[in-house]
Amino acid sequence: MALIEAKKISGIISAINGPVIKGKNMTTFKMREMVTVGDKQLIGEVIILEGDIGTIQVYEETEGLKIGEPINPTGKPLSLNLGPGMLKNMFDGIQRPLEKIQQLSPIFIPEGIGLLSIDDQKLWPAVLSVKAGDILLAGSIFGTVAETEVIQNRLLVPPNVSGTVIEVVPDGSYTIDDVLVKISDGKNQVHELKMAHEWPVRTPRPNAYRKETLVPLITGQRVIDIFFPIAKGGTAAIPGGFGTGKTMTQHQLAKWSDADIIVYIGCGERGNEMTEVIEDFPKLIDPRSGKSIMERTVLIANTSNMPVAAREASIYTGITIAEYYRDMGYAVAMMADSTSRWAEALREISGRLEEMSAEEGYPAYLPSRIAEFYERAGSVETLGGEEGSITIIGAVSPAGGDFSEPVTENTKRFVNVFLALDKSLAYARHYPAINWLESYSGYIKILSDWYEDNVAADCIPLRNKILELMYEENKLQEMVMLVGEDVLPDDQRWVLEIAKLVKVGYLQQNAYNKDDTYVPLEKQYAMLKAIEYLYDRGREGLKLGIPTSQLKDLDIFGQFIKMKYTIPNDDLSGIERLKDEIDQYFEVLFKKYEN
Amino acid sequence: MKKEYLRIDKVVGPLIHISDVDDVFYGEVVDIMEIGTGKIKKGKVIKIDEKNVIIQVFQNTAGLAAGNSIIKFTGESFNLPMSLDLQGRIFNGVGEPIDNGSDIFSLVEANINGRPINPMSREYPRNFIQTGISSIDTLATLIRGQKLPIFSGNGLPHNELAAQIVKQARLGDNVHEDFAIVFAAIGVKHDDEKFFRKSFDDANVMDRVVMFVNYADDPIAERITTPRCALTAAEYLAFEKHMHILVVMTDITSYCEALREISSAREEVPSRKGYPGYMYSDLASLYERAGMLRDQLGSITFLPILTMPNDDITHPIPDLTGYITEGQVVLGRDLFQRSIYPPVAILPSLSRLMKDGIGEGFTREDHAEVANQLFASYSKVQEVRDLSQIIGEEDLSPTDKKYMAFGRAFEAKFLNQGFDESRNIIQSLNLGWKLLALLPLTELDRLSPENIEKYFHKEL
Repeated sequence: MALIEAKKISGIISAINGPVIKGKNMTTFKMREMVTVGDKQLIGEVIILEGDIGTIQVYEETEGLKIGEPINPTGKPLSLNLGPGMLKNMFDGIQRPLEKIQQLSPIFIPEGIGLLSIDDQKLWPAVLSVKAGDILLAGSIFGTVAETEVIQNRLLVPPNVSGTVIEVVPDGSYTIDDVLVKISDGKNQVHELKMAHEWPVRTPRPNAYRKETLVPLITGQRVIDIFFPIAKGGTAAIPGGFGTGKTMTQHQLAKWSDADIIVYIGCGERGNEMTEVIEDFPKLIDPRSGKSIMERTVLIANTSNMPVAAREASIYTGITIAEYYRDMGYAVAMMADSTSRWAEALREISGRLEEMSAEEGYPAYLPSRIAEFYERAGSVETLGGEEGSITIIGAVSPAGGDFSEPVTENTKRFVNVFLALDKSLAYARHYPAINWLESYSGYIKILSDWYEDNVAADCIPLRNKILELMYEENKLQEMVMLVGEDVLPDDQRWVLEIAKLVKVGYLQQNAYNKDDTYVPLEKQYAMLKAIEYLYDRGREGLKLGIPTSQLKDLDIFGQFIKMKYTIPNDDLSGIERLKDEIDQYFEVLFKKYEN
Repeated sequence: MKKEYLRIDKVVGPLIHISDVDDVFYGEVVDIMEIGTGKIKKGKVIKIDEKNVIIQVFQNTAGLAAGNSIIKFTGESFNLPMSLDLQGRIFNGVGEPIDNGSDIFSLVEANINGRPINPMSREYPRNFIQTGISSIDTLATLIRGQKLPIFSGNGLPHNELAAQIVKQARLGDNVHEDFAIVFAAIGVKHDDEKFFRKSFDDANVMDRVVMFVNYADDPIAERITTPRCALTAAEYLAFEKHMHILVVMTDITSYCEALREISSAREEVPSRKGYPGYMYSDLASLYERAGMLRDQLGSITFLPILTMPNDDITHPIPDLTGYITEGQVVLGRDLFQRSIYPPVAILPSLSRLMKDGIGEGFTREDHAEVANQLFASYSKVQEVRDLSQIIGEEDLSPTDKKYMAFGRAFEAKFLNQGFDESRNIIQSLNLGWKLLALLPLTELDRLSPENIEKYFHKEL
């Protein structure tokens, strides 16, 4: 196999404990080097070196390994082959295409299938944009390949290479291994540029500099876009106990976010959920491109029954792929479902290494690993001078639904948007079950200009006003629980009525309704504005002494609750008509009381 | 010829340590023979360090001593012979017949640990299974190929519920499709096992049941293999023989406790409540074996039962289970105490797969809305009840009084049904509409005008 050509001395297995093995005779091995283990050539990674003893985490099932079998070096750290062919595809935690694995073994995933990667046989139509004599900087673009119908793969000079072009092939069809461009660097060394290049997963890809994040990631989900927006290049966490809808929310974001590229990592979650994505996504049409959303999606799957060490790696595999597309100048959104499983994989490996544990058995380096991961998000100027961004949205599965556990706590420290999922909302089938009191977005301030320019001048003040109303409602509810609603004064009852409308008619969003699953920002704003209008007109009525029971016209309230379904996304005139109806109703009512 | 070893260094609980061992592999099965009695116990290599090996023994380690045993490495993984003849048979937790029948002979052997199903090979489950139980069919619909656990508590009628599902569930699209039941009893009382055996008899399916039984007084380590043997049999019947399999497994809590006991004997670093840090992955290696395959007949529907210690749903066992399974059916003690059977606490119950398996073409077009509305209204009932505890039912508003009436009727008529009573989904949905009619229409915000027009206050 090509992997062993490095002609280095092999190690010998000396201990086996689940996914962690030890080897002797490993003085020539490097830390974090990728190795093949045993006669079956399982893929592993060196994680500790001590004298001539090396400790290796193995990414495949280790049953059947024997003491004395060889450990072979590959001479490189755990790396990905980054090139066209990743979109529309699903990979395991170390970038092996599951479709190719399926061809080798139709039902189950066997061990010892070796290191597969993106297709190296497929011919891609390449268009080269450089000529001899051009100077190519590290990370710049030298051509394009239509990777899917929607996405152009911009061929990148690897971040560690630069020089003057000495040879270019003509445009045409090539595989990822064909040499397209030769460049000569300052020391007259010639480098060959291909469609694909390798990059180690644990090393962040470099960029020119970080930029401010000033544009929101539009998700089409009202509670997020209006109340707790996520910036492009920002970070968000979605914690929630089981059954609160983390995966559902992540799926919605993967489907409808206005990012150019989606990297979706199923990390230690259900197999059927990944199957659902594979079956559903090709059928869904991206409202912007008019093509299937699968055209822009990369899937990484390490389901909960796949080897745990590969789960640890899957997060890094995902973020490295995200960085690759970012470096082409794309806005990438990455969903990691769930980061808790990754943290647990860290814990499991740490336990097998007999490391001292900190809280709840997690290793002491958990916070720094979480920080390193989320810090790979951001808006950047790429080395090639493009503008790219990575938004990370991580689901967190707190044990027992308790947000004070180590993973949630530490994640909270490093993300800017916190979308807390609430069990009691989920029990009442209020979806998305994002609790508006506990959630927050740290991007309101820096995004307020954008909302002002692109939605409406009063968009953020309106959001604040309604959120305040919801806080007030929460306090009033405590009172209601003690004395009942009927004894409250009318102005407070009006707050309760409007808050209920906000909850049912606005915050609840139906992912299975063809109109409501994705709502454009204009409609989101108009709907909330209409609710505000009703609230304000009602308060005028309260001043005239009109009781809430009179103000609450069942027909109007009914129309408000249904407006997400009845008013088409592309025609908001219905909302104006609704306002007219309010005016008519209140005019009659007000006249009655004025006299 | 493999070497035999005569010296045991150390016995800790279900683990034995031996040294100076050559040429064994990780996961290898060993036979441990007691000299004198000639009894053979099975074990498995779970750790190798140079020439020192730790073996997990599946039977009781009592009686083993440093000098009285011969340890033989078999050179094989833990494999079970697979055949259609498994049906109608009873095995212990390591797959040996305990029904006085003959051994299973087959050229087909399968490793009990299985291998993960490639997500590319799966088919997303969409076919509704009618259990005949209103609360489950309407509100936490079981789908063929789903893993849906029953979260119960000690003393609650989870066994009855599982038996009723076995009796009433229609697994295949039509009667001609082959189905079988795989039953795994992990650390169960003899009574419970008898109850199930009787209910299989009553349902007239005994010749289609494969049973793996580990009694409460059987060795702990065998509990680790019991579910794996059962699921291996299920995989064989479903994916090789293309049958529809229902796996009923009880009690996952015993399994997890065995896991903890062994982990502690191995001196591993514990995580929550002393359970090992890998319990999530370990449970997943069981639950994820349910499912369906693309372009193939056959399915594994998995109904594990677990008793929540102290009725606590946040305990690590139900908690980790809930994160892996596709929903859960939760039984409530307060309902049980009010003699409501089956006492399904619907608010925390959930079926993640129902969204794609109900509605037009599967059940009826109003199913999703009725389910949502029942959830929302019953959740409101809880709030109103809390309020009535404080101010008294008399002082409730007229609407709230209607909620109280709805709540009572819902529990007495919808949740409550006989052990022998099977309601089809249309009956259950109609019953739902009848109960919703107790509430004013203005409170029913989850129903569409079309369905209200068609079903609300209608003679169904």
